[in-house]
Amino acid sequence: MRYRFSLLLLVMAGLVVAFAPLPVPTIAPQERTFEIDAHQFAYSPSDLHVNPGDTINIHLTSTDVVHGLYVDGYDISVEADPGQSATLTFVADKPGSFRFRCNITCGAMHPFMIGKLTVGNNSWLYRSIGLSILAAISFFPLSSFSDRKTKEERIK
Amino acid sequence: MNRIELTRIPFIKNALKNRYPQLAVFIVMLIGYIFAILAGLIGTPVGSHNFSIVFVWIAWWAILILVAVPFFGRGWCAVCPIPLPGEWLQRGAVLSPPDKKPKWLNLRVPKMFRNIWLQNISFLLLALFSSVLLTTPNITGIVLAAMLFSAIGLSTVFERRAFCRYLCPVGGFIGLYSQTAPIELRIKDKQVCVTCEGKPCYNGSSVGYGCPWDVFPGGLTKNTYCGLCMECIRTCPHDNIAVNLRPFSADLTKPSTRMDEAFKAFIMLGSAIIYAGVLLGPWGAFKDAAYNVGSSSWFIYAIVFLAIIFVVLPGLFTLGIVDTKNALPLKQRFASLSTALIPLGLMFWVAFSLSFVLTNASYIIAALSDPLGLGWNLFGTANATWQPMLTSMLAPAQALALVGGLIWSARTAQKAAGEVKVSSIPVIVYCFFATCFMLWLLL
Repeated sequence: MRYRFSLLLLVMAGLVVAFAPLPVPTIAPQERTFEIDAHQFAYSPSDLHVNPGDTINIHLTSTDVVHGLYVDGYDISVEADPGQSATLTFVADKPGSFRFRCNITCGAMHPFMIGKLTVGNNSWLYRSIGLSILAAISFFPLSSFSDRKTKEERIK
Repeated sequence: MNRIELTRIPFIKNALKNRYPQLAVFIVMLIGYIFAILAGLIGTPVGSHNFSIVFVWIAWWAILILVAVPFFGRGWCAVCPIPLPGEWLQRGAVLSPPDKKPKWLNLRVPKMFRNIWLQNISFLLLALFSSVLLTTPNITGIVLAAMLFSAIGLSTVFERRAFCRYLCPVGGFIGLYSQTAPIELRIKDKQVCVTCEGKPCYNGSSVGYGCPWDVFPGGLTKNTYCGLCMECIRTCPHDNIAVNLRPFSADLTKPSTRMDEAFKAFIMLGSAIIYAGVLLGPWGAFKDAAYNVGSSSWFIYAIVFLAIIFVVLPGLFTLGIVDTKNALPLKQRFASLSTALIPLGLMFWVAFSLSFVLTNASYIIAALSDPLGLGWNLFGTANATWQPMLTSMLAPAQALALVGGLIWSARTAQKAAGEVKVSSIPVIVYCFFATCFMLWLLL
């Protein structure tokens, strides 16, 4: 009985950690401009942080061959010829962490030419770490109940 | 949950006993394998448009790590084409045993090599060059050919499948992770094996070959070294071999005491973490270092890679389990408790592969029509544009895999710790921090 109750409590706590809405900081949306250099096989800068609702201007400049920049989750892209710049403008209306990656074959390591855009909180990371903490700390009492139950069953 | 014997179903049993279904799959696989070698050597140097890269490192890898290993264990080894030509040569036959065996050396593998250290080394060698291997078709072609010819060479010198059992870089980790799979091949009744004359499952008979994996099925207690070739089902005169459905990770309840297997767990865990950072992270300098083989930055990368796997990860693990009061030798505790890293490592690889595979799977459609990148359009899909798949599902799926892996490992740690009578807390804490680091790298 205690085991089932603990398990139920744990599942409920897990659901809260996984799905409870996180506090959203009330920051007025801004217009942000990033100058990104693309070269084989990296972006510079490669780690962008913005707030939800911000209007993002990415000026992509390729310094060697043709490169692209595709943003996962937003499904938008831009391409820049060698020595040229191209601009991608969008509103960062989806919170979370997204990879951006080259979408024009640019050489051997092309599939791994990757950057990271974080819009607001990286909620999946925080929630996952929360669930991991919950799992780790709750594991001992739960499994001790389980072990006891197994022993009792064996005795019977 | 008890075992469910799948071989009780006549259709499954007949399909496994009959050599022809397996041979048909083998031949398709062998044709695909040889084509991958040729595509690598003569096709376009652009990896994302070459069959060898797209079908080996995206399609095959996805099937292997996301489906075959977690659900079928060594299921891939059952249909792998690499040992085939060598085995046919060794046996002098393709199907049933011939009347007269060809005279190859047929030596026993020396005792010092009868472990998985060579597999650990061969995996690490490939891992250190993986950025080039994964992206350069002719290197992939050369490595695939080298594996095929190594298997042939070893088959003419040593008995049975020496390459699969002791050298294959893929077979090593499949064996490790096959312990978590819900499929097993085991005997039904031990007493039948004890009284069985001649042990045809190991020594062979007129109806089949002795175990190609050098395993006596009567002594099987875990999946690690059973290649699921089904030869023993064919040779057993007492119908005493079964393929069972069982609970996940049933083999891990009895932890291993072998250091080669323990280090395999660290090698796989460490490689998944390093790949997640280097290949999928936003740090261009790491990618440059990993790709420019022979440069000073690559040597630093190689040293750091090996240091993480052989010093940092096992060192931190050892610090956690040092307990002067425990009578059991530290080495034995180390080997036994590292069993907990097997589910964690598997789920790290699943999470890493999800990202890599889902973003690159669309290359498969184009490569189907133009496998060599020569401008063909066999099925009208050669111009299919690259498009990442299911990116909105990626983060939740990775989070689920990693947190699930932590829970699975924590449970395994408790069972392993119970066996060696130590606390599982340090191992769970270790797994927790490793999981948090992997979450940070991937999400």
